Amino acid sequence: MKKILTTITLGLGALIALTACGSGEIEPVTLKLVSHDSFFVSEGTLEAFTEQTGHTVELVPLGDAGEMLNQNILSKNNPLGDVVFGIDNTFLSRALENDILVAYDSPALADIDDSLKLDPENRALPVDFGDVCLNYDLEWFAASDLDAPSGLADLADPDYAGLTVVENPSTSSPGLAFLMATVDAYGEEGYLDYWAQLVDNDVRVENGWSEAYYEAFTRYGGDRPIVVSYASSPPAEVLFADPPVDGAVTASVTAPSSCFRQIEFVGILAGTEHEAAAQQLIDFMLGKTFQEDIPLNMFVFPSNTTAELPESFVAYATVPDSPATLNPETIAANRETWISDWTDVVLR
Amino acid sequence: MRKYARLLPLIPLIFFGLFYFYPLASILQLSFAPEGRFELDAVTEIFRDRYYLSTLWFTLWQAIVSTVLTLLLALPAAYVFATYDFRYKQTLRTISTLPFVLPTVVVANAFSALIGPRGLLNGILQTVFRLEEPPIDLHQTIWMILLAHVFYNYSVALRIVSAYWERINQDLSQAAETLGASRQQRFWTITLPLLRPAIMAAAVLVFIFTFTSFGVVLLLGGPRFATLEVEIYRQAVNIFDLPVAAALSLFQIVFTFALMAVYTRTQSRIATQPSSRTAAARPVTTPLDRWLVGGNLTVMFVLLATPLLALVLRSLSWTGGNPFTYYGRLFVNERGSAFFVPPIQAVGNSLMFAGMAIVFSLVIGLICAYLVADRNRWLDPIFMLPLATSAVTLGFGYIIALDEPPLNLRQSLILIPLAHSLVAIPFVIRTVLPALRAIDPAVREAAGTLGADPQRVWLTIDWPLLSRVLLVAAVFAFTISMGEFGATVFIARPDNPTMPTAIFRFLGRPGAVNFGQALAMSTLLMLVCSVGFVLIERLRIGDNNLDQGEF
Repeated sequence: MKKILTTITLGLGALIALTACGSGEIEPVTLKLVSHDSFFVSEGTLEAFTEQTGHTVELVPLGDAGEMLNQNILSKNNPLGDVVFGIDNTFLSRALENDILVAYDSPALADIDDSLKLDPENRALPVDFGDVCLNYDLEWFAASDLDAPSGLADLADPDYAGLTVVENPSTSSPGLAFLMATVDAYGEEGYLDYWAQLVDNDVRVENGWSEAYYEAFTRYGGDRPIVVSYASSPPAEVLFADPPVDGAVTASVTAPSSCFRQIEFVGILAGTEHEAAAQQLIDFMLGKTFQEDIPLNMFVFPSNTTAELPESFVAYATVPDSPATLNPETIAANRETWISDWTDVVLR
Repeated sequence: MRKYARLLPLIPLIFFGLFYFYPLASILQLSFAPEGRFELDAVTEIFRDRYYLSTLWFTLWQAIVSTVLTLLLALPAAYVFATYDFRYKQTLRTISTLPFVLPTVVVANAFSALIGPRGLLNGILQTVFRLEEPPIDLHQTIWMILLAHVFYNYSVALRIVSAYWERINQDLSQAAETLGASRQQRFWTITLPLLRPAIMAAAVLVFIFTFTSFGVVLLLGGPRFATLEVEIYRQAVNIFDLPVAAALSLFQIVFTFALMAVYTRTQSRIATQPSSRTAAARPVTTPLDRWLVGGNLTVMFVLLATPLLALVLRSLSWTGGNPFTYYGRLFVNERGSAFFVPPIQAVGNSLMFAGMAIVFSLVIGLICAYLVADRNRWLDPIFMLPLATSAVTLGFGYIIALDEPPLNLRQSLILIPLAHSLVAIPFVIRTVLPALRAIDPAVREAAGTLGADPQRVWLTIDWPLLSRVLLVAAVFAFTISMGEFGATVFIARPDNPTMPTAIFRFLGRPGAVNFGQALAMSTLLMLVCSVGFVLIERLRIGDNNLDQGEF
């Protein structure tokens, strides 16, 4: 008798719980959003999510993209949060192989650019993308007889000797992305020859983006007018100019096969106790409100095709026509070989 | 009282156990025995691979050269500061500590503004000598690494040695003078041997610091140089090869332990007791005096002050408008970012963590120093280990070890000052120990026999000697906490960024205003630290009146 009663009670409880889920009324919880340090949003954006769903979002930044991913893998038995933002395509397979994400076929995926969807199981959902391209100092080239570079090949031209600074792919994420752009452009047979030519042309290598951009680049007192950065750096140069400028001061080279597209993903961390609420946060981050807030905060492009771009982005940022995109398995299988071969050619 | 005193050693024991050995053991176990069975292939591999061997060798020799250079430059200054009385002495000693708090990425920028291909010095030389090419090119050379290491560690040697030098007992030297010994003879046969403990303490700290150098080598050395610490980071974060990272970490720890063990054994007890009174500093009178003081201050100006000045100059806007534009913009949330942090808040956070780190590290460090001085020398090398442990290894250890209640501290803010203390404690021990060892146990016993209770014995005998070195230790703890970035990365949350985290956020984005704000924040960091130093040094409670002890 007692047993039957228990069964009925449990059954009823389950039924109530199910209906609650069905009607979208999930107990309000605090969701922990794990991200890298470059995660930024505007005031009011995450509050909009709280208004819609009742959930609050607590942010857990965990260092740069690599540090964040590895910490998530190390803590997978006891995750540091519910949702993760910012795993990129160069390290996507590391995340997938380690089973730190659970699949979610978000309805919001309907509006997401198909070319960005790299995980057919939807464990990692594309949230934004940015193209790593050569940037150059417009003022410097205006004052010089030399034309601005139009593609990767120019950098190997003796006329461009001593003009370029790149980042070390083994310590910098744009550096790795640019190495992959050259692998894509020249093939696995040819990319090392290309780099050997760059070495003859006195290419400067810095370990991090900040050193390359803020020390070596001519705009900040360096002696290199060409730097590996993002296609969205030129609008940032205008927005953060001092004194204010009327037009662009830098530009990026967006010719076919000269950029590499970095795609960032969001996903639900395996082991979360709030999966339903986490799904709502994913929907929100792929939705228009959040997506339209991305460009001016993180200086990357929204993955949602219906999101409208801010004016300054339309004016100063160019989206390359056919950037390199290597699939995550190819990257995972070859990343270390490419880096160590590159190191042998360029640094030794 | 005595009963509780016996429990005091438990504090460092628990502290090191929970926040050092437990996380370290956890990450080593996960790295070497992911399946539960130990596989130590990675350890043997690092000794077979030529690349790792050359990394080991480079790490070692650059640390030795850096240490020797730092001591060669700082010891004459320590003499000058301990011997002479001159204007702004305290202020100058304070300013010399500022490099220690600056993030390497900012220092790299200051050096490039000064001696870069388009920097100030090359500009002047090119104009004066009508040169086409910049004559000085240290970019990504070993000289740049050595220069930065001296820049960072100069004040460590200066402060430790000069604080001790001031207290050296003058009796022997005076006796020698009466017996006709020349100034030189007295220096080589009396002063230098007496100073040895302090010099060795400084050398050990500088060596460990440069042996585990990360930012300087990564950012100023460029991609052609790698220390063990840089390689550990690359293996742990970029390649995610935990066994190799753990093997390299382990090597770093074992090497430092062995070195410290040798150091501890060879360090002889000091024959004479330093005075609790500061030897009267003498005024600068003779031409030699002037030459010595002037020469050392010039070295300090060129080495330490010019890069800092370059930084301050670059933090101002030179485009014609308000030069303090970037400072002003620090206070405005122009883009409506949810991550905007008013500078006051970053300053407040940094100061709060630093205050806690000072208290933790002074209390624990002092107990550790007493333990080591009290026949437990073998503990000394162990207490130094946190300094030799890579931040990323320990940070990963925290993630996997401190994740369960009651120790669920992974995202707890208390972990920040605790992690800072772990780095600061070795400094406290090294600073305090020479003074502590110099206290003659016979004096304490005599005091006890005469009826003084232990508390009174401590207050009248130990405290007068310790108070000054504890202030130096407090300055170190404060400095380490204010400038620390590595460990903070693994713990800090956006609502509690410290000043270095704020600087890194600005430097992560392109644009003149972001760059300007990063430098403005760095200048603020220097300013806040200077004020902090002055306040700490003002705290010389009872230093003078306790000098007149009963004995």
